[in-house]
Amino acid sequence: MIQQAFFAYFAFAITVLALVVITRKNPIHSVAWMLLLFFHIAALYLFLNAEFLAAVQVIVYAGGILVLFLFAVLLVNVREEMRISRFIGAGAAGFTFAVGLLVVVLMALRSFIAAPPGMYTIEHIQQETNAIALGKVLYTEFLYPFEITSLILLVAIIGAIVLAKKGLRG
Amino acid sequence: MNFQLPDLTPIVPELLMTALALFVMLIDLVVKKKEAVAVISMAGVALVALTLLGPRGETFGTMFISDGYSTFFKIIFFVNVILSILISIKYIAIERVNYGEYYSLILFSTIGMMIMASAGDLIVLYLGLELMALSTYILAGFIRHDIKSNEAALKYFLLGAFSSGFLLYGISIVYGLTGTTDLKGIAAFIVERGLYDNVSLLLSILFLMVAFGFKIAAAPFHMWAPDVYEGAPTSITAFMSVGPKAAGFAVIGRVFLVAFAAARVDWVTILIPLAILTMAVGNIIALAQTNIKRMLAYSSIAHAGYALLGVIVANNEGLASMMNYLMIYAFMNIGAFAVIIMLRSEGFKGDSIYDYEGLSKTHPMAAALMLIFMFSLTGIPPTAGFIGKLYIFMAAVNAGYTWLVVVAVIFSAISAYFYLRIVMYMYMRDPKVTVSLSTSFSSGVALAVTTAAVLIIGVFPTALVEFARMAVKGF
Repeated sequence: MIQQAFFAYFAFAITVLALVVITRKNPIHSVAWMLLLFFHIAALYLFLNAEFLAAVQVIVYAGGILVLFLFAVLLVNVREEMRISRFIGAGAAGFTFAVGLLVVVLMALRSFIAAPPGMYTIEHIQQETNAIALGKVLYTEFLYPFEITSLILLVAIIGAIVLAKKGLRG
Repeated sequence: MNFQLPDLTPIVPELLMTALALFVMLIDLVVKKKEAVAVISMAGVALVALTLLGPRGETFGTMFISDGYSTFFKIIFFVNVILSILISIKYIAIERVNYGEYYSLILFSTIGMMIMASAGDLIVLYLGLELMALSTYILAGFIRHDIKSNEAALKYFLLGAFSSGFLLYGISIVYGLTGTTDLKGIAAFIVERGLYDNVSLLLSILFLMVAFGFKIAAAPFHMWAPDVYEGAPTSITAFMSVGPKAAGFAVIGRVFLVAFAAARVDWVTILIPLAILTMAVGNIIALAQTNIKRMLAYSSIAHAGYALLGVIVANNEGLASMMNYLMIYAFMNIGAFAVIIMLRSEGFKGDSIYDYEGLSKTHPMAAALMLIFMFSLTGIPPTAGFIGKLYIFMAAVNAGYTWLVVVAVIFSAISAYFYLRIVMYMYMRDPKVTVSLSTSFSSGVALAVTTAAVLIIGVFPTALVEFARMAVKGF
């Protein structure tokens, strides 16, 4: 019961916070709300017995990425979001579609049957400790996806340099 | 758990391609002439292409699959990247974005496509897709001082991220249902538990369809295509109208025919209206376009619709005809873009269809080449476009989808109007603006190769058709 309550609170809070983040007009407020959002997500990881991921979530996302966000926002010096009236108002159609999708998803997921759990049960992970279990699969079974991720990050860096640093000519 | 290095022989092309992309990225620092970087990239790709002859098989568990199917698609990607670089060299100098990163990004994008074509696991598939997409987003916005290019990159990025959300949601449902992300494992589990009529599974198929539909620009997920194709550098428009589309089809074939083989009735029922809508939207809206890049964007949407017929057929014949079609599409589409790119010169955009008026009088050679590509895109014999359509339609008729072929032929007839309008403008109108062509040796080579391919495949299609048939054997 207490588990359900815990999950219900965090799931609800994450959804609300995510909405708050994207609806703030002041980007600095958005970033501040996002900090709260990241902490809630970390709590959800904790709830899943993934304390290592929870720590990473706090250190990397809340500690690192968010500070970078704040930096970027302050550097470009946008106080208030620019508002441009749209060519075609799509709000009503978008809302209808979103609600429709939600209904379809909720209906469909009623037939969801969870697959039997794999070898990484909570007992197994507790015995081996979280970081070790994660490290082992990441560098053996999931070595290939892990290496692809490194390429994606490299492309992101190149992209940032190309789009931001190359001189503006023309 | 002892770690053993997996067998790396099947993955040699990807490894070498990565090495090449990193090498190109580094030599850009010391080589001042960017043309040299382009030549090194192309020579490198050609060398990597030779390693496709090497051993095939699965490695990293079943995460990486190298088989005839993936090899065929990798050849399309290599053709695409080499031709795109050929038409880029002069063009990016004219646009004043002659930076070496352009070539390494194009190579990184190609690596992403190769990973997708060889993906045996949904996680790998997703990461390959992101690698391809991220590089393409950057390339779309490569002309930083052009606001349209900025718009293209941002639009592509935001909508691409949105479609990735659908993909991940779909994957997470599949993982929850089956407990695995391995494509063959998913198929086995669905059969074992009789999950093929599970509504959650259908929902995940739908979500994957949305994400893949976005990548191949199938209606109704095509909204990004016209704006992005118009705003992106023309060479990148050529690149991404072929590469990411082919990669999208590669994963559609693999995921739907392997992982969801048991739920075939479900996804075929979704794909049929999708294909019809795609052909309708592409061909009908293309009629109203006056910008040639936008027109070819809608044409590319329409071609995705034809190629989807090959997937709907859902057998080896259909797959082979789809692969065939994409290979032919690579040649004819990049060929058309090679002509369009020549019209772009210093201070002249040359992307309006009215710029083609009277081209046969001022530049008869360029007009003749454009005529060939327009005929091929319409599907008029003896060009390759006819062969591509013929085999797709034949596969569909053999599988009993005669009515669908009739629909496709009607839309194909509609498409003749906007393709042949260009031809009419070139040959039957008088020139209004003076168009100077920015020719170069490299774009000449690209045009020679694409024209030769379009005509040779059009007259002697057997080799390519047989090759595609061999490639899907044992799929």
